[in-house]
Amino acid sequence: MSAEPTSEVTLRVNGQPRSLRIPHRRLLSDALRHDLGLTGTHVGCEHGVCGCCTVLIDGSPQRSCLVFAVAADDRDITTVEGLAGADGELHPVQQAFSECHALQCGFCTPGFLMVAASLLVREPDPDDDTITEAIAGNLCRCTGYVNIRSAVRRAAELSAAISGKG
Amino acid sequence: MKPAPFEYHRPADVAEALDMLAGLEEAKVLAGGQSLVPLMNFRLATPAHLVDISRLAELRHVDVTERGVVVGASITHAELMGHEAANEACPLLGRALRFVAHEVVRNRGTTCGSLAHADPSGELTAVLALLGGEVTLASQSGERTVGAADFFVGYLQSACGDEELVTSALFPRLGEGSRSTFVEVARRHGDYAMCGAAAAVEVAGDGTIAAARLAYISMAPGPVVIDVGEVVQGRAPADVDLAGMYDLVSSVVDPRDDIHASANYRRHLAGVLAGRAITEAAA
Repeated sequence: MSAEPTSEVTLRVNGQPRSLRIPHRRLLSDALRHDLGLTGTHVGCEHGVCGCCTVLIDGSPQRSCLVFAVAADDRDITTVEGLAGADGELHPVQQAFSECHALQCGFCTPGFLMVAASLLVREPDPDDDTITEAIAGNLCRCTGYVNIRSAVRRAAELSAAISGKG
Repeated sequence: MKPAPFEYHRPADVAEALDMLAGLEEAKVLAGGQSLVPLMNFRLATPAHLVDISRLAELRHVDVTERGVVVGASITHAELMGHEAANEACPLLGRALRFVAHEVVRNRGTTCGSLAHADPSGELTAVLALLGGEVTLASQSGERTVGAADFFVGYLQSACGDEELVTSALFPRLGEGSRSTFVEVARRHGDYAMCGAAAAVEVAGDGTIAAARLAYISMAPGPVVIDVGEVVQGRAPADVDLAGMYDLVSSVVDPRDDIHASANYRRHLAGVLAGRAITEAAA
């Protein structure tokens, strides 16, 4: 069998350009985890149902298991590792998930955090229906959605307080 | 759960994409990949080549014309949902798109890709069929336009040939006085519909219904259009004969059993959704 086709791609991950040579079939989720060592992005179902692997591509939340890394060449990727500040200060959605007990096993959490963070950029003060619609594509099998929804509301308050301080 | 090896190609323009589709063996078009990549992860699809059209500027357009809304092949569901003029010209688009998977999938999945994929539970297939829309296909030998009735040829099969590319789809406007909606029942919101229906209702000057049509998903290998005018003509929207609609529709549809629902349950849903869709559209 001939050698598997590979390409050199550059992904801008959490603000840092990362160049890597990868086989064309490499999923973005695997490129992040295996090639770049960013294991915060979790892989659950690998067919777009569970939402664990959600990352932001050019600011838009998308399933990294349904995107080939080669197709994300030259795109801005934000993973859960990119949420906290450089000094380790938690992002409002991380702080809120902690405060509201919105995670137990934590497997689904990275996906929920990315969806919630992107929702609050678009809708700084979302109502319950908007929150439900935004998180509807993510599955949680242990904590439950009530606390997760509370955490998104709390994250909106925390974000408002931060931007209020200016 | 990993795709088989393939070679990825990113053409610079549509002409190069068509050359690739003509010249490469076992090539598939990659747009959003929200249906294709799961199939590849399961190795139900093992194309040797992928031709990525998602960045082609020529296909990145939504045109609102007198006839209707023309959607270019690299436009995502989310982009179409957010296009105000398109939704004003064709409100059924937005009403159907909110049932297409979830926001995160709509951010990457494309409307034309969903038509080309021809999933029997794809909401847009019913919208195209109900409105009498058409799909434009390009290949090295030129362009052709295929009407909805001829485009969906079987389960996951469209009229798009191996060397052809769907470049756009036209969703026609409904006439003056016509209204539309989309209803569906799924196990969970965003899941594949057990039954879904697009409805178009023409309301006369005196407020009674003059004509009504439905297009169903998840009932057959392709969308099923049913004219229900004979049951509802001359009636006020609040006075629709729900039992008559149920009987007509459930006698026409011929669904199959699968793991999500039995054929009988699907047939029942089709009957119930007929009344719900027509009443909601006409209201």
